[in-house]
Amino acid sequence: MSRLFQFARQWKPIIKEGFSQSFLIAKFLCLLHVTNTHVCTPVLVYGPSMLPTLNLTGDVVLVEHLSQKFGKVGPGEVVVVRSPENPRKTVTKRIVAVEGESVTFLVEPALSDRSHTVVVPRGHVWIQGDNIYSSRDSRQFGPVPYGLILGKAFWRVWPPDGFGSL
Amino acid sequence: MGTRNFLWNSAKKFFTIGLIGLTVSDRYFSIVPVRGYSMSPTFNPQISSSTGSLTDDRVLVEKFCLEKYKFSCGDVVVFCSPSNHREMHIKRITALPGDWISTPHSYDAIVVPKGHCWVEGDNSVFSLDSRSFGPIPLGLVHGRVTHIVWPPQRVGKVDKRIPQEHLPF
Repeated sequence: MSRLFQFARQWKPIIKEGFSQSFLIAKFLCLLHVTNTHVCTPVLVYGPSMLPTLNLTGDVVLVEHLSQKFGKVGPGEVVVVRSPENPRKTVTKRIVAVEGESVTFLVEPALSDRSHTVVVPRGHVWIQGDNIYSSRDSRQFGPVPYGLILGKAFWRVWPPDGFGSL
Repeated sequence: MGTRNFLWNSAKKFFTIGLIGLTVSDRYFSIVPVRGYSMSPTFNPQISSSTGSLTDDRVLVEKFCLEKYKFSCGDVVVFCSPSNHREMHIKRITALPGDWISTPHSYDAIVVPKGHCWVEGDNSVFSLDSRSFGPIPLGLVHGRVTHIVWPPQRVGKVDKRIPQEHLPF
């Protein structure tokens, strides 16, 4: 009994130290999560749909989540949106029109100049890629709900020669 | 000096608690109150006069389903309203991508598009749901309701239920 007691006393500081260290790591991970989902996060974007604003091969941009929370995302801004067709994917597009505005777009820009005009319904935004010839966006799947917007891309950090605001 | 130290320590403590609470509610589970009668009798079975009273049900929402966005028919989910991103709604999923669904006004059947789902309230008279705004993207879903945690006499699991009229499709 006394040996057990001694044993416990011997190990107590080490266990205590271990607990406080793991708590510190947990706190750090929490801080990382909160800044990533609520303040600002780096995102790797690639693909042809946002040429020439963003490169084909992959740019790293900073995305902030604050203006989306306060409803301050307007036309002309580059946003990261959860894809309405596959919720596990995100797409980067530019907002063309917000609720209540009407938008005119070419249905098949490569083949003809037939155009459509639609009015964006309440609570939705119309998103389009800068490269209209190779982009899957609102022209195919219609206006997207504002709730799908994850954040606004505002600063490019990679490649180095493109460093600066978007 | 002592008071400043005390203030600094309590501020640090509050900050830590806030961080951990926010992370847990974002990633694992949270508790939300249910307002209105669109899901009666599953939630809020009794009709009370005031909104936001103590007798409103509180439910536990789990977020693990958001890793893969895997849902099944009959799940009760919390989602962001497609017409107003500040509002959250609680409804039951009645159809998943690829399912056929009959629309009430036109006697017409439509297929739920890829990445979308069809949500309906249990109380079809009071409910504003997919029958008025159409299928919603799965990306709007913020979690799955699993348990009722308040009031104490109604604590229990929320069961999966598929409305009878949708079965034979």
